[in-house]
Amino acid sequence: MMPDLGKYAVEVLSAYAVTLGLVVVLVVVSIRQSVRTRTRLRDIEEAQAARRAPPADTARKETASHG
Amino acid sequence: MIALLKRDLALAVRAGGGFGLALAFFLIVVTLTPFAVGPNAGTLSIIAAGILWLGALLSCLLSLDRILALDYEDGALELLATAPIPLEAVAGIKALAHWLTTGLPLTLVAPVLGVLLNLPEPGYLWLTLSLAIGTPALSVVGTFGAALTVGLKRGGLLLSLIVLPLYVPTLIFGAEVARRASEGMPISEFSTPLALLAGITLGTLALLPFASAAAIRINLR
Amino acid sequence: MSLWEYANPRKFMALSGAVLPIAAVGTAVAMVVGLVWGFFFTPDDYRQGSTVKIIYIHVPSAMIAINCWLMMLITSLVWLIRRHHVSALAAKAAAPIGATMTVIALLTGAIWGQPMWGTWWAWDPRLTSFLILFLFYLGYMALWAAVENPDTAAELTSVLCIVGSVFAVLSRYALVFWNQGLHQGASLSLDKEENVSDVFYWPLLICIAGFVGLFITLVLLRTRTEVRDRRLKALIARERMA
Repeated sequence: MMPDLGKYAVEVLSAYAVTLGLVVVLVVVSIRQSVRTRTRLRDIEEAQAARRAPPADTARKETASHG
Repeated sequence: MIALLKRDLALAVRAGGGFGLALAFFLIVVTLTPFAVGPNAGTLSIIAAGILWLGALLSCLLSLDRILALDYEDGALELLATAPIPLEAVAGIKALAHWLTTGLPLTLVAPVLGVLLNLPEPGYLWLTLSLAIGTPALSVVGTFGAALTVGLKRGGLLLSLIVLPLYVPTLIFGAEVARRASEGMPISEFSTPLALLAGITLGTLALLPFASAAAIRINLR
Repeated sequence: MSLWEYANPRKFMALSGAVLPIAAVGTAVAMVVGLVWGFFFTPDDYRQGSTVKIIYIHVPSAMIAINCWLMMLITSLVWLIRRHHVSALAAKAAAPIGATMTVIALLTGAIWGQPMWGTWWAWDPRLTSFLILFLFYLGYMALWAAVENPDTAAELTSVLCIVGSVFAVLSRYALVFWNQGLHQGASLSLDKEENVSDVFYWPLLICIAGFVGLFITLVLLRTRTEVRDRRLKALIARERMA
């Protein structure tokens, strides 16, 4: 399965490894930030909606905004 | 405007203005160079022009955050922003004051320090001239950097990070003129970088005060 | 219905939320197909041996590195002229991606250059301008991080981006003047003679598509994070006022 990379195997493999490593780091960091901000936003929106209490339908609208 | 220039000059020369600091730093850079590369006169004369340009550029950097920071702290900048003269002119005057207190003295001591680095004979004239043509651009670009970072508490390091990449074209052409001249080439060999160096200086002089003024306005809002 | 509709945060969130999964899947498919094809099923170059396989990551990352700055320049201008918040936030979201791509291009280039040119690094105009581009990204991101007020930060970074673009172009030409390089010419151009040969061409195109997709996906994802972050900060501020 593995292609014969000849005498440059180290170079080719390290180039791919470096690239994949950096891309994975970037993607993981982006996703983690996204999840964290989304959770915090939901928490605070729910807390505010709960405090303002009924009528319930305005509270729902508040939560629904910004997906 | 003249009054503003006089005031800025007086503030810079007075103690705490950092007037002599840039010159002292320049001297130290030049003194430390032979310790780093060895005292061989041949080696030194090859790198002299480049080291002098780089040293002048770094010395210029030292006093940039003082261009606007003091005026921002005591509120003078807000007064200037509401004054009848346009803020673009204020930015230009600030850059001019910085050049008169930093760029010009650096240019004048450069040939003296050239002796320490064994700068070849034909290099002196063109090193001085290239610095005289190039350092105004350093002051104007530096004023822009100072305008961007004026509202920040610890803007000094950030200022260097922002300004240094912007210094690249000036350094390339300026050092190229000085290097070619010190290798004894005739003027026809370095008239192109010389023209480009002058072009960059004139271009930044004409355009960057507008960007600086915009940045100051944003920071004052 | 115009493009500017999507400058409204709510509309942007709705649209980007719908597009994001599609973009992510498309990116994954293109990346896997392109890289697997390039890595396993292309022949070695007769001169460069197997190192030619590095082209499938080096060229796309370099393209994204430059075009990311271009995108930031455009979004900065849009922000300054039309005051759309999403635009400013998109520029902020894109900067770390561009910086990462610049590092990838530099590192893979160094790894490639070692066996081919016999040196990891040369002060070649192309290499040097990428290094300087990286410094520009660093300064830009540092300014975003340093300014507290988000609107002030957006404006200052936009001004820096525009001035920086001018100086980046100036530096590029200064560097060409300064030193003639080792780097080969364009890998992809309309001129058939200069192009890389057909065996390498198609997998390379797919890899480029994959990297572009990756860029779009990440920009959308990160811009959504920034929009939510702005809302979060606004809510916290409002709470403190109340």
